[in-house]
Amino acid sequence: MKYKSVFDIIGPVMVGPSSSHTAGAARIGRAARNLFGKEPTWAEIIFYGSFAKTYQGHGTDVAIVAGILDFDTANENIRHSIEIATEKGIKLLFSEEDVAVDHPNTVRIKMGNETESIELVGISIGGGKVEITELNGFDLHLSGNHPAILIMHNDRFGAIASVTQILAKHEINIGRMEVSRKDIGKEALMVIELDQNIERSIENELAAAKHILHISKIVD
Amino acid sequence: MFRTVADLIAITENENISISEAMIRQEIDIHDKPREEIIKQMDQNLSVMEKAVEDGLKGVQSQSGLVGGDALLLQRYIKKGNSLSGELVLDAVSKAVATNEVNAAMGVICATPTAGSAGCVPGALFAVKERLNPTRQQMVNFLFTSGAFGFVVANNAFISGAAGGCQAEVGSAAAMASAAVVEMAGGTPKQSAEAFAITLKNMLGLVCDPVAGLVEVPCVKRNAAGASNAIVSADMALAGITSKIPCDEVIGAMYRVGRQMPSALRETAEGGLAATPTGRALAAKIHGNNVVKE
Repeated sequence: MKYKSVFDIIGPVMVGPSSSHTAGAARIGRAARNLFGKEPTWAEIIFYGSFAKTYQGHGTDVAIVAGILDFDTANENIRHSIEIATEKGIKLLFSEEDVAVDHPNTVRIKMGNETESIELVGISIGGGKVEITELNGFDLHLSGNHPAILIMHNDRFGAIASVTQILAKHEINIGRMEVSRKDIGKEALMVIELDQNIERSIENELAAAKHILHISKIVD
Repeated sequence: MFRTVADLIAITENENISISEAMIRQEIDIHDKPREEIIKQMDQNLSVMEKAVEDGLKGVQSQSGLVGGDALLLQRYIKKGNSLSGELVLDAVSKAVATNEVNAAMGVICATPTAGSAGCVPGALFAVKERLNPTRQQMVNFLFTSGAFGFVVANNAFISGAAGGCQAEVGSAAAMASAAVVEMAGGTPKQSAEAFAITLKNMLGLVCDPVAGLVEVPCVKRNAAGASNAIVSADMALAGITSKIPCDEVIGAMYRVGRQMPSALRETAEGGLAATPTGRALAAKIHGNNVVKE
């Protein structure tokens, strides 16, 4: 079931005008910010489907940027986010692509700084609920509404066990987990949704585990 | 955990509880949170809705200038005492419009289930409140009952205009509101389900065709229709009228209709009212000529 809480239906509290095109967009932007882990110096935003047709009217562009600035859905500064980002020197590029997509409300965000970048695809499925469906070329199904850790690792036996053992040791419960890889024995991505945010020390422990390349996270 | 309206009604009958209580218990179970925390969060959402109506009734304008001020016009009209559809229904309409006018002006609202349909539930609630004088807890329960039905729709069909048209948004919102009105008025869970089914049936096929892609025209007035529909259907269910097609099957029909709807009628601003000469002219004026495509 995609919707698990009554507050997915009665909520979110948000700045208008659209839960899917404004609040959902802000949540996708914020998930991207979370996953990048810091403020980017540039962002490229590509809209598809209904997003591409109506993003100006719904404030989808300002909402995505607000999310990238780490604003929540009820922040009354959402409408000024592009000015705020520009003042901070963040370079923004918006475009639309007219190709068939699985979901009408789809956006691709590329963002980074001088040394690193990420690329993700998010969909806004209604009522402010979102999913991240692609990260750096890996397919995934991340709600962005729960704390999660995303672990890039080498596709070797024991990599997943080493992570779950550390979580078990610290009595952290896994709500949902998925693993995807580009090819056998190559880079793989583990996505683990948790019931709580994890402490920095546990994150460091995970980063030091066998076959682990990089960790990013979504905090609640 | 309930997945269908039939499941939900069975829980209320087996455990002899209200729909709102069934929703609260499920929320406690799934999220492992204390009852007080869940009630408090819903109470905060209720406060956001109250504030939005209050702001809207003072008169707000959207940036495009397409909507605003109608909630205020209605309140003045009601006060003259000559209204045809009656004070309670028009009060619901005015408060629904107030909420959506605030939404269109990029004010703060609570999505129920979406922002574009955020007027129906509070519109119906705050109008019925004047007649039934509920406690604060009963008003919070109104939102849990609305949420319980919305939860079933969201998991079995859709609640976004881009996925299923306006029937999925305002249709769902209006139906959720009518089920909650029935509970607040002392009806049975089964009567809530009847009211829900009657309202959603009357909203089937409604397309999402926002002029210039803005959540303004016709969205604000669709919420007016949704709120009035909610109250009329609640009265029908309370009178003992039932829906010949069961609630879950109506939700299934809404889903199939939405799947058959072309993309032009699902929040792309390419069909319906958005594609009328006036709709196109307004879009061109607001955005320049490059947004609404043939």
